This record gives sequence, C-alpha cells and structure tokens, in this order.
Amino acid sequence: MRLFNFNGGVKPEPHKKDAAELPIAVSPAPTFLVIPLHQSIGGTPRPLVNAGDLVLKGQRIGAADVSTLGEMSSAVHASTSGQVVAVEERCMPHPSGLSALCVIIQPDGRDQWIARQPFDYRHHSPSDTRAYLRDAGIVGLGGAVFPTHLKISSGKHSALDTLIINGAECEPFITCDDRLMRERADAVLRGIVILRELLNARQVLIGIEDNKPEALAAIQAALTTCTEKNDAAIKVVAVPTRYPAGGAKQLIRMLTGIEVPHGKRATDYGVQCFNVGTAYAVYEAIALGQPLVSRIVTVAGNVAAPRNYEVLIGTPMKDLIAHSHPLDDTNRLIMGGPMMGVTMPGADVPVIKATNCILVGSPKLFPPPPPEMPCIRCGECAKACPADLQPFELYWFSRAKIFGKAQEYHLFDCIECGCCAYVCPSNIPLVDYYRFAKSEIWAHEREKASADEARERYEFRQLREAREQQEKAARLAAKTAASRAALLANMAENNPVSNATLVSENTSGATTPAKPAAPTPAELIAAALARARAQATEAKNTTHLSTAQQAEIDAIEARRAEIRTQAQPHFPPDD
Amino acid sequence: MNNSPYLHKATSVQAIMLRVLLALLPGIVAYVWFFGAAILLQIALASLTALTAEAVVLKLRNKPLRLFLTDGSALVTAWLIALSFPPLAPWWLIVLATAIAIVVAKHLYGGLGQNPFNPAMVAFALMIIAYPQHMSQWPSLHAVVQMDFAAQGAMIFNLSPTQTLDALTMATPLDVLRTALHNTESKTTIASVWANYPGAGSLAGRGWEWIAAGYLAGGLWLMQQRIITWHLPIAFIATLGLVAGVAHLINPAEFASPLFHLFSGGAMLAAFFIITDPVSAATTPYGKLIFATGVAFITWIIRCFGAYPDGIAFAVLLMNLCVPLIDMATQPRVFGHKKQDRIRHE
Repeated sequence: MRLFNFNGGVKPEPHKKDAAELPIAVSPAPTFLVIPLHQSIGGTPRPLVNAGDLVLKGQRIGAADVSTLGEMSSAVHASTSGQVVAVEERCMPHPSGLSALCVIIQPDGRDQWIARQPFDYRHHSPSDTRAYLRDAGIVGLGGAVFPTHLKISSGKHSALDTLIINGAECEPFITCDDRLMRERADAVLRGIVILRELLNARQVLIGIEDNKPEALAAIQAALTTCTEKNDAAIKVVAVPTRYPAGGAKQLIRMLTGIEVPHGKRATDYGVQCFNVGTAYAVYEAIALGQPLVSRIVTVAGNVAAPRNYEVLIGTPMKDLIAHSHPLDDTNRLIMGGPMMGVTMPGADVPVIKATNCILVGSPKLFPPPPPEMPCIRCGECAKACPADLQPFELYWFSRAKIFGKAQEYHLFDCIECGCCAYVCPSNIPLVDYYRFAKSEIWAHEREKASADEARERYEFRQLREAREQQEKAARLAAKTAASRAALLANMAENNPVSNATLVSENTSGATTPAKPAAPTPAELIAAALARARAQATEAKNTTHLSTAQQAEIDAIEARRAEIRTQAQPHFPPDD
Repeated sequence: MNNSPYLHKATSVQAIMLRVLLALLPGIVAYVWFFGAAILLQIALASLTALTAEAVVLKLRNKPLRLFLTDGSALVTAWLIALSFPPLAPWWLIVLATAIAIVVAKHLYGGLGQNPFNPAMVAFALMIIAYPQHMSQWPSLHAVVQMDFAAQGAMIFNLSPTQTLDALTMATPLDVLRTALHNTESKTTIASVWANYPGAGSLAGRGWEWIAAGYLAGGLWLMQQRIITWHLPIAFIATLGLVAGVAHLINPAEFASPLFHLFSGGAMLAAFFIITDPVSAATTPYGKLIFATGVAFITWIIRCFGAYPDGIAFAVLLMNLCVPLIDMATQPRVFGHKKQDRIRHE
C-alpha cells in the first residue's frame, strides 16, 4: 500500500521496551475510587447517586448532560460495586489543580456487575445506537476523550470512505495500545468491525508504527482468522516510527494523503479516526454490554517495574503506581507521554478515561531544561514541525504579544506536539509561548464577544427607540388629523353656516389647506381618550415593520448568533 | 516546574557554533600551508578582541557572562573577520573591526539572535570604506612564503620599519579580472593578463583556490551534519556560476569563467559560512533561495563593475535588508492549507 508522508516530526528515544515486554496486569480495586463526573469533552454529567447509595459495577452514576452542548457529553459509571460515600469536589488530574465534582465509592470487594446485555446494533436505529454508546460512556481513549457516539453520527456525507484505526502510539514510554493489540487483538478487531458497520465505511486502515512488530502480527493474525470480516477491505498498515505519527491528522495524512485542516471535521473529507483502545471499548460495550469502567494504563519512567495495568477508572494514581514501585527521587507524575503529557498537581488524583500513561518523573529522568537562550532563527523548529508552521516566527509574535500576526501565521494550526521545543538548540519552551498566546487570544475573543454583544444590544435599543418615537409621532399625527376631520364633519352637519364660512375662507386663501375651526378642548380630550383606548388594543411596535427594518433586525440577530458560536470553545474533531 | 515536552534533544547553540568553527579548519589549514601562520595570529587577535568586547557589553547589559561567552557565536564572528581580511593587515585593523562587529553590529541591535546584519560583513564593509589601502593589500604568494612567522608577526604589529607591506603586495586575481574588463582600449583580455600574472593557479589564484576548496569541504560537512540546509550554498554557487558562465560565454575576453569566480575571493567562505548565518539570513526554504541568489548576483555585479575588489560584504548587507520582506512573502503553506485533490464533495 502506498504511504504518504508528513513533514517534520522527531525521533526521540522510545523507552518502550520494559513495559511492553510484560503482560497487562490487573490493578486491584483501591480503598476508595474517586470518579470525576466530567471525563470527556463536553457537558458535565449530572450525578445520579447520593452518599450512602449502593452501586453495582457498571451502574450509571452520571447521566450525560444533553442540555448544554447538545449531545456533547458522555455518561460515567461505577467502576466496581460498593457504596457511595460522598459526592463532592476533589482535585482533578489537571495541571491547574482545580477541583470538580466526583463520586467517591468505597468498593465492597465483590466486584459485582449490573445485568449485562449485548446491544444488537443491527436491529436498532443509528440514533438508538448513539444513545447507547453515549450512556455506556464510550469516549476516545487516545487521550482526547471526545465522545465516540458523536463520531458515529453521519456527517454531511452519509457514506464514509475510510475508517482509520490508530494504533500508532508514537509517544515515548507509552505501550498501553501495544499491549492491548498484542493480547486482545480479536476483541479489538471485533470492535473495529462494529465501528465499520456503524459508519458504513468502504475500507478500514489500521495504522501501527513499525516499532511494534508483535502488535502488527497479532492484529494481522486476528484478521486472517476473524470470521466477521466480510472482505479484504480491512488492512493492517505499518507506518514509519516517527513522532507524532499517532496524531490523528498525521496518521490520516500518512494513510490517505488527506490533510484535514484545523477546525474541520475529518468526516467532511470522508475519513474518521478511532484509537484501538476506543475500538476495544466499543466491542465491550456492544458485544458484552459492559460500559467503560476500566482502561489500560502504562506506568513507566522512574519506577522499578514499568508495566501496563488494567485499571478501574477512579483509582487514585498513587495506588496504581505503587504496584510499579516508584524510585526514591520521584518528584512528579505526568499524565500522558513526555512530549505532550501534563504534570499532575499531586499523586491523589484519579486515573480517568484520558489516562493512557502515568509517567513517573525524577530530576534525573526529566532534568530541568538548560537556561533559555535567544532564538537564533536556525530553523530547526520549522524542519521539525508536523503542521508545516514556522515556529520561530510564532515565537517572536507570541513573545511580543503581536497576536494578530501570530494568528496570521496560523498559530491555531499548532497541535502542541512539542517537536519544536524538543529540537530547539536555544532550549526555548516554545509550546509554552503558543499556549500563552492562544489563551490570551481566547480571553480577548471572549471579551470582545461580550463587548460586541453589549454594543449590539445598545445600538438595537437606540434604533428601536428612535423608530418607536417616529411611529408614535406618525400615528399621533394621523389620528389627530382623522379626529379633527371627524369633528369638522360633525360640526358641518350641525352648523352649515360656519362650514360655508370655512369654504369661502378656503377659496380666498388660495393654496393653503382648509384650516378647520379649532375644536373645543373638551372635544380634543374625548378624541385623545378614544385614541388611547384604541392604542391599548393595538399591536406592539414590531408588528408592522418595513422590509428594510426587518432586514436590519435579521442582520443584527445573525451577527449575534455568529458571535455566540465564535465564543464557544473549539473541540478537536478527532481522537 | 516546566511543561511538556519534558524531553530535549541533545543540542545547543554552543554545539552548533563549535561545529561551524570546526568546519572552518580545512580552509584554515590550507591558508597556513600556503601563506604561513600569520593567519593564526590574526584569528587569535580577533578571538581575543571578540571575547573581550562581548564580556564588556554583557557586563554592561547585565547579561549572564558565562552563558553567552561560551555560546561560541562571538568566536564565529571573529574567525570570519580574520579569514576575510588580508592576512598581513595591521593588528589594529582586525581589533577595531572585531570590536565594531561585536559591539555595534551585534549588541547594539540586542545581542545574539537580534542583529539584522551579518556582524562580520558590517565590520568588513566599514573597514574597506574607512581604510581601503589596508584592506586591499593582499600579499603575493611567493613574497609571503619567503617570510617566516616572526617576520609576518613583525609586519602585523608594524615592528619592521625596513620592510613595508607595499613591497609584498600584488594584485589579487579579482583585480586582474577588473583590469581586463576596464582596459578595453588596450585590448587586454583576461587570458593575456592571466598569463603574465605570477599568482595564477589552475582555477583561480594560486593558494587561494585551495583555501576555497577547504571551505567547500568544511561546508559540505556542515550540510551533512544538518547544521545548514542545502538551499543557501547551492543557490549561491549556482547563481554565481550561472551569471558568470553566461557572461563568460558571451565575452570570454572580458568576463572570467564561473570556476574562477567561485574559487576567488570570499565566494566559498560566503557560500557556506557567511550567508548561512541564520540570524541575518532568510529562513524559509524559498526565502533562502531568493536571498542567496540575490547575494550571488550582487557579488558578481560588484566584482565586475564596482569599485571594490570583492563585493560579498556589500551584497550580503544589501540582502540582509530584504530579509524581513523575503521571509514574509515566502511563508510556506501550512498543513491542511494546501491544495488537495482528494477532498470529497459528494
């Protein structure tokens, strides 16, 4: 098969061997499980349990929030059976160290499942299947935790050309997908077959970096024995080992030649990408009726025994890494790999669906970077950038806070893979500068959006008031004229002489219109009262609008809607 | 606590600069072989001046001394100045030039990474304007070979009143070229002048052609080490070769051959070591091609029609001016923003 290439990339020391050689071990249930409700991109699930409730393994404890961001949310479940001891705020596995609502479960040791029923997706509508996956808590396990059911939904184009399964696993130290493919290739493949059927994909390409020959062989073997594969449309492809080959965009590029631009959905280009771990979770949910309650996590780095574990979601990291015996000089935990991972605020934070690896760090393993030198524009970063950016230009603009220029140079196409900072001879933490620039721009956009909204509101109000006044004056004038005419007509009937005088005056007055005899104040008051009564029953100012006015209002509303959508956070379309 | 990435490739500014210095060695060895050890004295003078000037300015600017003194960038500037100046130039010329390069061309613009102009070329251009007589006294090969190191040193430090530099100097190969071109009435051709020229080698000036070959070898090693990309040197050599070649084909009597141009003066030094200064050169792939093409073209123009023996310094400075524009106009296409045939519109 012809492989395409992506520019840039780096080849750091893989550090994968130790953990990859040992089979996946089961991490026993800890004393307490801390299960955050918000574990996927999108809305925070609503808690379904209270302190004191007894729960079974796989029982839904958080219902997907479908009110705030549409379907962008995913359920969470009890990872084992036991008792809910609290539903409270706990520190999240996020560098900010912020707290969020978690369900704390004390396991009862029986690990008792709920009643599990396979889901017959062939006899359910696509929307039922999506709801099922949403309620089974299936999210992208490559690290982005994007709700899987949203990627099953057909996009603008009904048929998908290529389903890409991401088994590249390009970050150093991480081997969870490698072990999963080696040990559970059949289940992974069955998950892939299900995904393919749900998406109605013409072909499936399973991309695995060529430094994992065992995983490649295992999937290939499963493919040849798999009874459910109906044709040769599923292919296992070895891709060259080069970070970040496992980035969804890079893998799609390598396997299909298609470049999915920033902010666009892969489905619009006829491709969709899922991680192998996600395929496995889909298999478990559909074929076994098991919601996502555990995942494979690599524990590596500064530990005596690096290894992969099957871990219950919510297991505190310190309990998990204890099995691998962290060394004495351990000074930090990193969730994810050494290129894109994030430093944890402590060891008490739980393993979540996004945790593919816990990298135990020490000053020796990840020494503080040497002092930052000035950029000499050597261009190493540009050579290493897989997004074909000019990182050093972005650095200058970010540093100088020229954010407009930074955006012009495609700051937001940066995937923060870290290649530029990895190769920089001046040791500049380039990605930090881009993160800073992006957050500044987002903050500025939010500010601008709210200011715009306020201004629009103000302008609209002024416009409305002016129009109301105008209309009121016009109505008043018309009514005054009408009532005067009526009064005059009355008076003419009662007093023809005065009317005749009026007419004679009129003829002598040449062009001036007939000046009616001033109605008495009492008459005017009566007329005004009548008008007021009529006004009360009359429709409001927005009823009778000219087309121009209506168009203007529509334009304002459209601008508002656009600003609202712009102010929303952007979610990556892929794993 | 730093953020990702936590891994870092074993590389540094210092490592880059050291390899550039290393790559200059073949050329320097050839220099010493043909012209004696005087050049080493000049390199030492320039290096000492550069480090001293650097230290003083760093101190004044409250910058970390050790970090920046050891980055090697001042040494690269110093060596390039020494190698592009006449080998027996008086000591104060090289000291003044180096001090100006470091203090004015580098630090007044903000120091490492900030200078819009190549410091070595700023120094060269200033000196050739201020002291044209010293900057154009190139010793003849056989005169220099007869001097020992002590005599050369005495010459540099102006300690031998009996011997003046004038007696030792001769026209450089590039001067020969100009003579041929400008004396159109006397019907001299390059071939006739060259035949009577005592310093004639097989390609260009005797000795100089081998020094150029040394730079070429070092430069190719830099390319192999991925310190420099192919764009700048190849575009420079190709353009100079092409322009000189076309002119030579049209009128071989007045225009020298491409090989003569490439192996004369500072062409090879410029191709691999001067225009490749990342700070002051264009950075995008297309930009580098434009930049190097421009330098080569202007160099050839000045060599053939200008008032100075070699035009590289002015060519580099003129193109340095254009770098912001070149870089802006040649931004490479970003991932996902390229033309795609395979986008499906069903």
